[in-house]
Amino acid sequence: MELLIFYPLAGFCVLMGLGVIISSSPINSALSLIAMMMGLAGVFVLQQAHFLAILQIIVYAGAIMVLFMFVIMLLNLKSAEEDTWSIRPQNTYVSVLTGFLALGALYKIACVISQAKLDSPAAVPDDFGTVVRVGTTLFTDFVLPFEVASILLLAAMVGAVVLAKNKID
Amino acid sequence: MIDGIFQFIDENTYLLLGIIKAVVIASALLGVVPLLVWLERRLMGRFQVRLGPNRVGPYGLGQPISDSIKLLFKESIIQNSADKFLFHLAPVVVVFTAIVSFAVIPMTGPFELFGEKMGLWASNINSGILFVFAISGMGIYGMVLAGLSSNNKYSLMGGLRSSAQMISYELTLGLAALCVIVHTGSLNLVDMVERQNSWPNALNLLNPPLMIAFVLFFIAGIAETNRAPFDLPEAEQELVAGFHTEYTGMKFAMFFMGEYINMVTMSALITLMFLGGWNTYILPDWAIIGFVAFAFKVSFLLCVFIWLRSTFPRIRYDRLMTFGWKFLLPIAIVNLFLEAAIRVI
Amino acid sequence: MDGFVPLNHYLLLSATLFVIGVLGVLLRRNVIVVFMSIEIMLNAVNISLIAFDHYLNNSDGQVFSFMVMCVAAAEVSVGLAIIISMFRNKPTVNLDEFNILKW
Repeated sequence: MELLIFYPLAGFCVLMGLGVIISSSPINSALSLIAMMMGLAGVFVLQQAHFLAILQIIVYAGAIMVLFMFVIMLLNLKSAEEDTWSIRPQNTYVSVLTGFLALGALYKIACVISQAKLDSPAAVPDDFGTVVRVGTTLFTDFVLPFEVASILLLAAMVGAVVLAKNKID
Repeated sequence: MIDGIFQFIDENTYLLLGIIKAVVIASALLGVVPLLVWLERRLMGRFQVRLGPNRVGPYGLGQPISDSIKLLFKESIIQNSADKFLFHLAPVVVVFTAIVSFAVIPMTGPFELFGEKMGLWASNINSGILFVFAISGMGIYGMVLAGLSSNNKYSLMGGLRSSAQMISYELTLGLAALCVIVHTGSLNLVDMVERQNSWPNALNLLNPPLMIAFVLFFIAGIAETNRAPFDLPEAEQELVAGFHTEYTGMKFAMFFMGEYINMVTMSALITLMFLGGWNTYILPDWAIIGFVAFAFKVSFLLCVFIWLRSTFPRIRYDRLMTFGWKFLLPIAIVNLFLEAAIRVI
Repeated sequence: MDGFVPLNHYLLLSATLFVIGVLGVLLRRNVIVVFMSIEIMLNAVNISLIAFDHYLNNSDGQVFSFMVMCVAAAEVSVGLAIIISMFRNKPTVNLDEFNILKW
């Protein structure tokens, strides 16, 4: 069953990821990204991380991507006026070269991780990935990072308000 | 051949049962929509001292059917400047998310049927309430896409307003729900109802911090479902019809369906979280009685939704935002602290 | 149909998505798309964190990916605010046009 679901889902995620960087209008990119995130939520469910899957939908697809859509609407970036691949001739070669390097790195990574020896998941308890389990870990072993994260979010909120309010001139 | 089919059924009972449940619940939900439209029009008529639809069928009950036939046969107009794909996608997203988010709503307690333990829900997942929030959060995209793809300034304004409004009120909604979660100690909707089944803590509504949470949740729920007095995304007087200005025929009807199904889901959530779900406290707890009690509570809340619509004038947009961020949200946070403090003590 | 997906396929998915994100950052010039590519990379990391979690029966990875989501939310809110204020200054979203500091 897992095999039957995982491979189509993974293919879908990769396709949608490619869609983000290939499509010429930002709206289509954003939609592909949303679809990719939903697919990844499915992958998380396959790995028993139910809470994280729902968080992925609420936080990424539900909040972050709505912000993206909001900005796209606000700036009214509908038209594909940007000529995607050839807008800056002096840098294109460098970019493409770096892109090839990245693909080479992917090949190398694939070679390395194909030697990983973990073929089947560990036997996990029933409450694996539930709110209780993740929450217990979060509030026992990771209290300090959690508090730091809250301060980070507060700082980001204040920063966003200040940036959006003042006109830079 | 026949044996093969039986074997298949035996092996995949769970899957088949799930599919049947999903189909039944989805079609029941779609069947409720015309009734709800009828109810709304009749009640609105009474509130405004007129009769409402009463020509087609007894009490005008045939009116929604004839309306939907009319909408089905209308020409579907798409203007040239629209983005075709997104234009078609938007109503689909609205209806799809509305139906899917109802999947985890339990409608009565677990019961036995043919020796098999069952419940009247499509699925009873561990973090049910989060699932509802996650999927109904996806519903925003339907409105945003409709606003973007129509290529019309009124639609765009409607889309912008709806996304801003729904993000803002989702916070209050979540914090009010968090009070109930803290009170129950579980994210599961069935657990939430079963927590309320005996007298000392029956009806979450009667618990002081949860009373405030109920009011907050109700207000935020109205804003989330884009109902009057918070129907800014489709304010007729300002934006023609908001994000669905350019839609005609069946696609327009789909936006309506989405809105009404969201209303039902929201009422069901309020019933489960605050009004004791299928508990009647007096009558014997049979599954049938539980379902009737649940349906009664939900339809009462739906009537309140309609009542509010015909009573209050629409709020101004900047006031809506100020109300959400500077009034509801602080109260929700303080209320959550209060509830947590009471739980600790 | 009772097989398991080996861990390295999850890792391969993660690496592929990460590289797609890198390519997006390198090759696209639209600020918003570049930003989305960064989100792809963060998501790719989450996959491998959660995969390791499941295969080693541990909850730490899930907490880490929770943190990643926090950071992504903070980053997006500030980043989009910056994009909007840049857009107010100069109505374009092309990254190469923002070169006032370079002459």
